[in-house]
Amino acid sequence: MWLYLTPSRRLLSLRRNLIQYRSITLENSGRKAAVDKVISPFRSICGKDNVSLGEAIREQHGKDESVHRCRPPDVVVFPRCVEEVSALAKVCHDHNLPIIPFGTGTGLEGGVGAVQGGVCFSLRNMDQILNLHPEDFDVTVEPGVTRKALNAYLRDTGLWFPVDPGADASLCGMAATSASGTNAVRYGTMRENVMNLEVVLSNGTVIHTAGKGRRPRKTSAGYNLTNLFVGSEGTLGIITKTTLRLYGVPEAMVSAVCSFPSVQAAVDSTVQILQTGVPIARIEFLDDVMIDACNKFSSLSYPVTPTLFLEFHGSERSLEEQVSTAEEITQSNEGSDFQWARDAETRNRLWKARHDAWYAAQALRPGCKAYSTDVCVPLSRLPQIIVETKKDLLESRLTGPIAGHVGDGNFHCLMVVDPNDPDELHQVHLFTERLARRALAMDGTCTGEHGVGLGKRALLCEEVGPLAIQVMKGLKDSLDPRNLMNPGKILQRGEL
Amino acid sequence: MGVLITGTNTGSCERDSPGHVRYNSVSELKWRPLLLRIRVKPDNTGVVTDGVKHSMNPFCEIAVEEAVKLKEKKLVKEVVAVSCGPQQSQETIRTALAMGADRGIHVEVSGKDYETLGPLQVSKIMAALAKKEDAQLIILGKQAIDDDCNQTGQMTAALLDWPQGTFASEVTLDGDKIKVVREIDGGLETIKINTPAVLTADLRLNTPRYATLPNIMKAKKKKIANVKAADLGVNLTSRLEVLKVEDPPQRQAGMKVETVEDLVGKLKEAGKV
Repeated sequence: MWLYLTPSRRLLSLRRNLIQYRSITLENSGRKAAVDKVISPFRSICGKDNVSLGEAIREQHGKDESVHRCRPPDVVVFPRCVEEVSALAKVCHDHNLPIIPFGTGTGLEGGVGAVQGGVCFSLRNMDQILNLHPEDFDVTVEPGVTRKALNAYLRDTGLWFPVDPGADASLCGMAATSASGTNAVRYGTMRENVMNLEVVLSNGTVIHTAGKGRRPRKTSAGYNLTNLFVGSEGTLGIITKTTLRLYGVPEAMVSAVCSFPSVQAAVDSTVQILQTGVPIARIEFLDDVMIDACNKFSSLSYPVTPTLFLEFHGSERSLEEQVSTAEEITQSNEGSDFQWARDAETRNRLWKARHDAWYAAQALRPGCKAYSTDVCVPLSRLPQIIVETKKDLLESRLTGPIAGHVGDGNFHCLMVVDPNDPDELHQVHLFTERLARRALAMDGTCTGEHGVGLGKRALLCEEVGPLAIQVMKGLKDSLDPRNLMNPGKILQRGEL
Repeated sequence: MGVLITGTNTGSCERDSPGHVRYNSVSELKWRPLLLRIRVKPDNTGVVTDGVKHSMNPFCEIAVEEAVKLKEKKLVKEVVAVSCGPQQSQETIRTALAMGADRGIHVEVSGKDYETLGPLQVSKIMAALAKKEDAQLIILGKQAIDDDCNQTGQMTAALLDWPQGTFASEVTLDGDKIKVVREIDGGLETIKINTPAVLTADLRLNTPRYATLPNIMKAKKKKIANVKAADLGVNLTSRLEVLKVEDPPQRQAGMKVETVEDLVGKLKEAGKV
């Protein structure tokens, strides 16, 4: 992050660093001693093979898929059951060691970086799918179960878990970051689909947020602890089980693509489609820069203008109605080239552009890395924010094709940047801050689905305001008074 | 698991327009463990299957999908799904019915007989059923992913003296012949075979549909007949005896060396160079 700063800020930062250096070295040596003491108790809890000090293992568990650099923990443990997680947490608590839960490492905001060292709890060995109740549409899973693994398991039951953030992420990890995805417009995000959690707190206490084994479809019993932990990014406890809401697999699907002369036309169509009550499953927006990149990457020939990709789920008869309503709406908004497809092969071909967007963006500048921004605004403000953002991109001379879940007012600029060019990195950093502030000014949020992690803590303060931050701090203090749970994420140092 | 396509009772095919033949089809389905961590039994006689979730063999799913597609194109009259195994293998038949098969046949094989059930016994059962049901087309998965035998389809064809189109990645019904594009080592081979015939499905034949809830509910009303191997005149005794099943050798820890010379020296010591 140092490279992102201007020269004068670098000097100030240097001075602050030198002062902090002394306290950090003291902290470090204290922590090192603590780590040495805990290795033996760790080994007796989860077995010698499930405690690792190896450099490669630690590095693997100190980074995710964001641009944040690797911050390895001091030791990685691989517990096999919740009893082991609880015992290990107690040991960490007694020795004041930070605890960082780790699922699949597919996060996008640096949430797993061990900024103060400590112990990484890699939960991949806890991979059981428990208590499937097909008639009640619920299932409980452990942290090692990924969403594709769950859907493969559910194949024969006619059920699926639709939240699809793209990556094959751990479901408990998705709960921890309140993940969302392309399907959210119809099926909701993790907040709407987590019914119960089993959580281990920093001192080893195991709680069930809605009561052990309980899975009513709705409840008004007490404080909503379940949704307190959803989105807490490992800062309040380690999620060791999550009970999820399942849905019936759609009888049939239809995909469609339509081009528009302007962003406004595309978003207007989206709003109208939602207003007519079409239960659209996916509605994705790609801007002209992105379409151009996709055309080049996948040898397609879509018109280079803002484009909507739509997907409809339902019975054969309802699909006919949905598609014809959507087509009428797009035509009334000057949409053109409306194509749609029913069978899997053609649907995949139509949506190929959207699926390959990430790679198409990177292919625009080979050798560069891609970083995805993530803001969300009320639907009516979407055209304005996209137009202003595109202007900003042009003025800053940055490459940032846009892809978005317009049904939710959420969009991502896929910033393609040369990792070895500090000026460019700095420009991108400033751009993303401007973008987040633009979204906040439009009654939106600085993070639609990726979470706060390391990089958006200051923006969170601006978003919710100091009084709400105080409440968050109070909750954090009460659940984790020693600040051992994933320190350095969501709330800033000064606030604790 | 396979999809039999049965013929009419008179032994001839219905024709509703010149060159358009309507068949009945039968699929044979295999019920096998989901690919999770497989463990060898302590007595080394096999792998642990108790408590392991089982589901339909992926190639069998593709076979069922192909049969259902043929029925949707009205080229086939009836799709019958067959599975040989214990009580639980009825679940796989139900899934096939949910995908679109018309009825099922469960050949009950359990206990010791099930443990030693192999391609030869299954193909004898299939041949007997094909004659009983007057099938015109048998579609199976090319192999089961637990034993990787890749023999049932071929043996069934041999027992019935029917032509076979194995490793099919494309199937087209053409009058009373079938054009099959086969995936072979050298590329793709296209053959034309007479009916009745046996086909085995390869990976790229199609993408199987998911069983949806409404179809699962409808499938509950479809019939599954219970048959014993003895009723079909098939002897299940196996001619093979499994002597031992072992884990592959544990991966040894690697060794780091400082220089290229060290590396060459170590390779020479180990006799690799």
